[in-house]
Amino acid sequence: MNPIVIIGGGHAAPPLCAALAEAGLGAQVHLVCAEPHLPYQRPPLSKAYLKNPAETLQAHRAEAWYAQAGITLHRADPAVAIDRSARTVQLQSGASLPYGQLVLATGTRARRLPQLPATLANVAVLRHAGDADALRALLGTARSLTVVGGGFIGLEVAATARAQGLAVQVIEVALRLLGRSVSADLSAHVLATHRAAGIEVLPGATLDGFEHDGQRLHAITVNGQRQAVDLLLLGIGAEPEDTLARAAGLACSNGVVVDASLHTSDPAILAIGDVANFPVAPAWAPVWGQAGTRARLESVQNATDQARCAALTLQGQHPVYAALPWFWSEQGSLRLQMAGLLPPAGTTGASTHRRPGANAGSFSLLHYVGEHLRCVESANAPMDHVMSRKLLEAGIHPAPAVACDPTVALKSLLA
Amino acid sequence: MMGAPPLPDRAMPDITLIAHDGTEHGFEAPDGVSLMQAATGFGVPGILADCGGSASCGTCHVIVDPAWAGRLPPPEAVERLVLETTAVPAGPGSRLSCQIRLTPALQGLVVRLPAFQV
Repeated sequence: MNPIVIIGGGHAAPPLCAALAEAGLGAQVHLVCAEPHLPYQRPPLSKAYLKNPAETLQAHRAEAWYAQAGITLHRADPAVAIDRSARTVQLQSGASLPYGQLVLATGTRARRLPQLPATLANVAVLRHAGDADALRALLGTARSLTVVGGGFIGLEVAATARAQGLAVQVIEVALRLLGRSVSADLSAHVLATHRAAGIEVLPGATLDGFEHDGQRLHAITVNGQRQAVDLLLLGIGAEPEDTLARAAGLACSNGVVVDASLHTSDPAILAIGDVANFPVAPAWAPVWGQAGTRARLESVQNATDQARCAALTLQGQHPVYAALPWFWSEQGSLRLQMAGLLPPAGTTGASTHRRPGANAGSFSLLHYVGEHLRCVESANAPMDHVMSRKLLEAGIHPAPAVACDPTVALKSLLA
Repeated sequence: MMGAPPLPDRAMPDITLIAHDGTEHGFEAPDGVSLMQAATGFGVPGILADCGGSASCGTCHVIVDPAWAGRLPPPEAVERLVLETTAVPAGPGSRLSCQIRLTPALQGLVVRLPAFQV
């Protein structure tokens, strides 16, 4: 037996376990989870789970499935150290797990502000179920919510809280929402949609004057004006959870550095999902065909597809990770879906074309570099999203005038 | 203790999923979860659900047995849109299994899987 130890029970673990079980390797697999739960779906944590106290966590796979596959689960027992020379992983409980191959799927941790100690009862973050339970309880008694950070998690929670009748304010120090992730045009639509729903959105804001007593945050100063705080959510992004990897001396730079087959600098150790810094396949590089670009993507797609790739690497194959990046976010009535990586602002030859949908709130933005379709952002247009993924995967680059003609079904361009 | 057996607190609908090759997968499902979740939770092959159940990807396509089709709440607008994107074109009875919430009323539900999902 050659044990395969997986550290991390997020979105990458279940598809990796499934692929290994399918290959008949389940009995060699140990899954180490810091949380007490079976790996569960995280997207609902900012939406349905927050709204309804009766909503339970959705496990990807039932406990009976892991047992049947022969997979050993170590729950509520985080890994505390990796000994690369002895090839063992130490758990908090004191257990020591030998490994032949090790997979780091440790994800990210929520970024915090140094001015706000973690002890403040009315300051929340949202990464995992424990965070969501705390936030749900706080939302149940709060009358207003201040969200710091206009990123995906912040805006999803803002929309959820607004739908529950809370007064909601979103403070973003950058000049626009979702600045790192979506185009300026889509960002403007997101801003207008949240404002129309009654959310006070303040892009380009200044934020300081944090007043707290170590137990509660009482007030902040926004754009020079002091205001009282009822409940505050920090949604200012996440940092790769690479503590174990760094301590073990693995190469890290914005995450754990991996090669195209997802090996870290130690060939017996792989890293996948949000924590992995990987070489982007030339087909998806922001500059088409350019080799050498690296990325770390925080998405369900990336976790799932890297898990499937890692399963092949663990079986001695030499796959090249080259899945099309895609992403989605639901913010109240707004359903955003992105396929491909957005060319950076100022890319030579970049152009954006709008494909109208059935109504003003439904459209797609097609981003080209030269004649190459690079990225499609869809707002309340799920069919455009699915079809544009198929176009990108097939390497089809329809002329913008054709792709943006609403009488032309994108499906017809696949043939 | 004699007498009628106690009713369970939470009914467990028995679901049958028939793969494209005719293999039948039977499983019990906790009340309130989606058909997609119940099926993937028990490791039933043939449902991918790449988007985790948010009616975004069209890879949890199932075809509901005609005897059952009319007994489910009809699909909402988003589900109808995504059903137009499935790998095997949707037909009568086609649904996204992530949008079918299992209740005691669906005890005995039978659905079929398309030949492929992507």
